[in-house]
Amino acid sequence: MTHLGYLLVGWGVTIGVGVLYAASLITRGRKLSVRVPSDHRRWMSTDDT
Amino acid sequence: MVDSEHTGSRTTRILGIAVILGLIALILLGFFGAPEDDEQRDAVRMIFVHVPSAIFTYVAFTVTAIGSVMWLFRRSIWWDTVAAAAAEIGVLFCGLTLFTGSVWGRPTWNTYWDWGDVRLVTTLILFLMMIGYLSVRSLGGGERATATRAAIIGVLAMVLIPIVNRSVEWWESNTLHQKSSLTDGNLEDLTLFTLVVGFVVWGLFFTWSLIHRFRISWLERELRVRDLDQALVERRAEGQEHEGPPV
Amino acid sequence: MWADIRLIAGKDLRIEWRSRITLSQVLPFALLVLVLFGFALDANRPVLDAATSGLFWIAVLFVGLMAVQRSTAIETTDGARRALLLAGVEPAAVFLGKALAVALQLLFVETALVGGVIVFYDASIESFPLLAATCVVATVGIAAAGTLLGALVAGVRARETVLPILLLPVLAPVLIGATRAFDDALGTVAVDGWAWLGLLAGFGAINIVLGALAYGVLLEET
Repeated sequence: MTHLGYLLVGWGVTIGVGVLYAASLITRGRKLSVRVPSDHRRWMSTDDT
Repeated sequence: MVDSEHTGSRTTRILGIAVILGLIALILLGFFGAPEDDEQRDAVRMIFVHVPSAIFTYVAFTVTAIGSVMWLFRRSIWWDTVAAAAAEIGVLFCGLTLFTGSVWGRPTWNTYWDWGDVRLVTTLILFLMMIGYLSVRSLGGGERATATRAAIIGVLAMVLIPIVNRSVEWWESNTLHQKSSLTDGNLEDLTLFTLVVGFVVWGLFFTWSLIHRFRISWLERELRVRDLDQALVERRAEGQEHEGPPV
Repeated sequence: MWADIRLIAGKDLRIEWRSRITLSQVLPFALLVLVLFGFALDANRPVLDAATSGLFWIAVLFVGLMAVQRSTAIETTDGARRALLLAGVEPAAVFLGKALAVALQLLFVETALVGGVIVFYDASIESFPLLAATCVVATVGIAAAGTLLGALVAGVRARETVLPILLLPVLAPVLIGATRAFDDALGTVAVDGWAWLGLLAGFGAINIVLGALAYGVLLEET
């Protein structure tokens, strides 16, 4: 395939960055979740303060 | 609905699996299904990562703009949180757009950067503006103040982008640069289909990330509130220990 | 409203005049930038000719940053922002007054810079009306955007480093447009400078409106 090097770099970095970001989100989420008890979790509603 | 050990849920699990499956399909179609271009040969396959990144950059920043407006007019913390999450993901996509555009440009037009590409230059300026948005969010100084500052940047960026685009466009036509756009011509059926698959994958990933990032912010907020409550409780306890005049 | 604007602008300009900083530091800095560009481009005549407009406006952008930083600093010291709020002056008037003061200072420096490019870069003015109009319109945009963003970062640590990151991308259209208009006015490139003025005017108008609207919120909440 022509320009294979460029394609691999382009696709590779894109997918790699996506995977790394996803991993960081999951990790951050886990670390925070452990510290907050379940009864304090409201996703959709909010008291506007 | 929500496990207590992580920010995932059934929704995000389904989305996540869909992203992975879609990505596999995209790679197969992108590399082995879609035909090569007459002029660009295989370099055209960059379109399947570049264009979806670009589209969802604008989707993300539009969400940020909407959220910014909702904060400024309704003081909705929910929307402000969405705005911030979308901005972070948007900057990520924007960076990828610029990177993949650059990698695409090298074999195709023999240059890593092309000042003649209006969209590329406009996207660069947008990228810089939204990095400013993220900087403002990390400056600290109270939740309301941060939200207001960021919201104004978010709105400013969206309002100015058409002007930026117009000025780069005029600038480019003055420097006599012609850039052929793939989307102008007719796309082969399979190429078009693969591109749509790309859009779907990016859309799913955007949604997945947005949900997770939102929840992270929400948890951080919960912790801040709890820390504040905790500090208040401790303060009151201190006050009650010393009954009588201050020492 | 007009009285308030004149009041605020007058206050800022008087503070500026008393310290003479624009005169003694900012102005020499602007000219120094021009000179440094001359060194960097090795007195290469064709290159300098072609780049004159761009170099002029880059110098203006740097000066603009300094002017906005100082304009913002006037309010952040000693809680002057609170005082302004309490004094009952309309926030929009404060914004317009401060922007006016910044604009006037910038125009003053630009006049000197025009002299600078004539002397150092051997520029010749083909169309003085276009030159003057460009300076005025572009400066309005720079001052408006700068005053708005200056207020946004006021009272925040790392203010000096964040402001350029915010302001310079926003001013990209001004750099593009003003440079092209100057190219026409100085006769270096055959472009339609007046068309660019329209774009610059649009940019200025947007920033004036947004700034006037947002200033109140910023004063109260940040």
